[in-house]
Amino acid sequence: MKKIIKKNYSIHKNVLVKRNSSQITKSHNPKWGMEIETKNFANKVKLYRQGKISDDDFRRYRLQHGAYGSRLNTEYSMIRIKIPGGEINPEQLEKIANLSEAFSIGSAHVSTRQNIQLHWVQLEDVSEVMRGLVEVGLTSRESCGNTVRNVMCSHFAGVCTDESYDVSPYAKAIARFFLRNPMCQNLPRKFKINFACCSKHGLASIADIGLIPVIKEDGNRGFRIYLGGGLGAASFIGHLLEDFTPEDKLLATCMATIRLFDRFGNRENLARNRMRYLVHETGWEKFQKMVIKERTVVAVTTSELTRIQYEYRKENESSLLSSIKISPISEKKLKLPVLNDDGNNTTESKHQGFKRWFNTNVVSQKQLGYYTIFITLGAGDITSNQLRFLANIIRDFSQEHTARNTPQQNIAIRYVEGKDLFNLYQKLTTIGLANPGALSIASPVGCSGTTSCNLAITNSHRLAKEIQKKLLELRYDTDEDLKSSTIKISGCPNSCGQHEIATIGFFGGASRIGTSMAPVYTMLLGGNSDEKGELGKTLIRVPAKKVIDVVLKIIELYKQEKHEIQNIEQDPKLPFNNLENWISDISKGIGNGKIKNLDDIKNLLIPVIQLATIEESPDSYQDYGNDTKFTAKTARGECAA
Amino acid sequence: MEMIQNSLQKLQEENVQLELHIFNTSRKETNKGRPCRTINFKPKEKSYNLKKQKSINKTINSSTKNIVKNTKKTKTVKARTTTTRKTDVKKSNNNKTKFHQLSITCDVDTLRTLIRKKSVRVVDVRRHDDYKKGHIPTAVSLPLATVLANDTPEGIIKILQNLGISNLMPVVIYDDTFGALAARVAWTFQYVGHTNTALLEVTFSKWKSIGLEVERKINKFSATKHSISLNNNIHADASYVENISILPKQDLQNNVEIDLHVNSNTVQSKSPDISITNPLNNKIIIDSRERLNFLTEHIPTAKNIPYTMLGTDTSILREGKELKRFMENRGISPDSEIITYCGSVGTLSGLAYYAFKLAGFNNVRLYSKSFKDWKSLGKPKQEFKEANYWDLSAE
Repeated sequence: MKKIIKKNYSIHKNVLVKRNSSQITKSHNPKWGMEIETKNFANKVKLYRQGKISDDDFRRYRLQHGAYGSRLNTEYSMIRIKIPGGEINPEQLEKIANLSEAFSIGSAHVSTRQNIQLHWVQLEDVSEVMRGLVEVGLTSRESCGNTVRNVMCSHFAGVCTDESYDVSPYAKAIARFFLRNPMCQNLPRKFKINFACCSKHGLASIADIGLIPVIKEDGNRGFRIYLGGGLGAASFIGHLLEDFTPEDKLLATCMATIRLFDRFGNRENLARNRMRYLVHETGWEKFQKMVIKERTVVAVTTSELTRIQYEYRKENESSLLSSIKISPISEKKLKLPVLNDDGNNTTESKHQGFKRWFNTNVVSQKQLGYYTIFITLGAGDITSNQLRFLANIIRDFSQEHTARNTPQQNIAIRYVEGKDLFNLYQKLTTIGLANPGALSIASPVGCSGTTSCNLAITNSHRLAKEIQKKLLELRYDTDEDLKSSTIKISGCPNSCGQHEIATIGFFGGASRIGTSMAPVYTMLLGGNSDEKGELGKTLIRVPAKKVIDVVLKIIELYKQEKHEIQNIEQDPKLPFNNLENWISDISKGIGNGKIKNLDDIKNLLIPVIQLATIEESPDSYQDYGNDTKFTAKTARGECAA
Repeated sequence: MEMIQNSLQKLQEENVQLELHIFNTSRKETNKGRPCRTINFKPKEKSYNLKKQKSINKTINSSTKNIVKNTKKTKTVKARTTTTRKTDVKKSNNNKTKFHQLSITCDVDTLRTLIRKKSVRVVDVRRHDDYKKGHIPTAVSLPLATVLANDTPEGIIKILQNLGISNLMPVVIYDDTFGALAARVAWTFQYVGHTNTALLEVTFSKWKSIGLEVERKINKFSATKHSISLNNNIHADASYVENISILPKQDLQNNVEIDLHVNSNTVQSKSPDISITNPLNNKIIIDSRERLNFLTEHIPTAKNIPYTMLGTDTSILREGKELKRFMENRGISPDSEIITYCGSVGTLSGLAYYAFKLAGFNNVRLYSKSFKDWKSLGKPKQEFKEANYWDLSAE
């Protein structure tokens, strides 16, 4: 105990010394928040409670400020804190920890679009949370409602070995330009912009506007821009606008797209008012021409006053990284750093744990000697104490003094030096943040489901945690063949859990089985989120309590096929090299083993999903977290204002 | 650190239950998968210690800043209390029968002055072993468990007398559990008639970390007389609470879902202020447990102000104006009567009691036997079962 005190003390002292000696360690305040909004919100709540504002008007107002109604209980809100580009500094993490403890439930939740959500906040306290957020430069404004939602940026941007340049400042500048911008305060529906770092990371293919940075041969920067992608009841992969969009046309392209959406988007039919439907119904070629034409109009009519609202060069002024040189590296996989083997306090088992963690939670950066490490969370949940601990970890170990939250609901800490990795790992073990599996199949995504969402039918959140627990228990994170596969779960068809882009995806529903209703998940196979993107194909409906069995069965079938092929051939050249490829081929009907297509695998899975009768096994008909009969209860969704 | 741990251990031994799920959730799943709601003080919980540790470290490192801050705070506190206070201190110096009149909380500087003048009784409500390892100078030891074991007016008067506390003597109480234990003891003293009682603004850890005096001597004072004068208007029992917890029939049946089916275009009163829905207006029951415990079950009509809202890293209670704003946000007017309760023995709700006092509420009561008593009497509860909110807490 005393030892810990001393250690923490010195760490803190260190920070204090640094802070006193220079301004560098004090995080830059990005000023996304506005204090006046917090006061206005408090007043609006009072007026609403006094019956002076209608339900509809108040809901719209509330959503515009990022407070979503809680499941079947209008007294409480979920506050969705925007983390533009996913960049979050230690002071912000500490503030969120304190706000959660005071006004929420003592833990925070990392969403799949780089927001951080606080659940079950009393409506009357929302303004207090907002007040706290403003102090550290954060906002929840326009994180819900018919607005430009949080602008995402790949958490590898700036460190990715495959990227052409760092898009982070562009992402933040675009986010700043559209935040509170009159042109997008009442769109037909929400609007999502994703910046990728390369064709693999960053979900560019499933956003309204998805951008991948490219550098032309002449050295000019630009983007490949994808329009009209998105997941939901009907999902679409985005269309490439043109081969190359120069960076000076970035703003005009985004503005033009939003203007077209605002002008032509469907405002009547809630189920079809996202831009992807407009693109689909208009036809891509026509829409493409409209965008190009509108862009020209925007370019020649935009005033200087508007143009100066977009200044990406200013966004990275706070960066601490100017001193770190980028050393281009040819080999993508760097060697494991040498373990600090002093023999005294580092036991063999600790090394084993470290190696396992290192295998799935550490990625080498393009900056030689620096690593990005991942904190594995359970469906994005993190306690206030863990957040505070993490804040100090970031101060002590990250050269950029910030972290990024990821769409896989984990947290990335970048610019960690190789020599510090073991020490960092050991520190993380003291507070339950050293779980392995972040970049493996053992890190399932789960939306909030029935824990707080009005639309949810099933407890997808808990299911994701249960799967994670099982896969870690079976050490499947250590299996190289499974590493690239993903599992993503939504509690309803609306895709907050991004199930369509998972290797194995699930979305929740309710189904009559025998004489009783039961929670079920529709399973999809073979999705991915690369630049080209692939949407998973629907296979079967699986009772909630059989989902884990089905996942394990799929893995078993894969291993069987691999084993059989290896047995037949002396020097086998496997037609598939991992679970992801194997499933992908099957989903396309071109499987190389005994299982050729979706029907084949379906037939093998059907025995696994059979339920005993409700009398024999009442538990099988209940959802996770419930001991009562399952009923599908939902209320009006608040995605649209 | 060890002290926190020990005091927590002791608390558990003495079976004092608190509702601290953020720090101390022992969220057991029953075999059927529902979270068990009994939450015990769990001493080995790392996260709690870490949090405390962090705040301690913060304190150590910003000690100088805090001293400056404290001096500033003293000034505001002084301004807040009666203007005659300064002269009171002086007078008490000259004339020993005239005591300093304390406010709701006592800041560090005021306490140190009073200690120097030997005109205060400092009461340490941590476990006795912790007291022996070091305490605020001149403090006497009175573990919360002792108070709870003797929780009758006569028993408490006897305790006061044995600690050498006379009718008007200022009493300043502290703990190391964010003020909740101290609050329960302070309320108890005031209930039996010792009104000149205040909570030390900081916890013992904080006091120590600022580098203030600590002594190990076991202080004993000769017994004195204390009269009894029950302050019934700060106390509530189950039947008192029951009378104001009656929901309109329709509300109880439909629970919270009533709001969902209202025609959304008509403007309706959405006031959370039960003065509008409850004929027994202006009496508000406050549940000071944490949010998830409250959602699970609570006394009908109660509003939730979790104890976690009340303090800061540096002080057991926020400033009065901030607390007042929280209440204002909730539409609770200062002339309302407030009844606070928590899970079992009235510690968290004791802190809430003083928070309301600090926010300027004059009419506040503590339902000292709290929800444990309510449930054991089989009184009605309001539950919310439509969401799996327990599955959100990360462990």
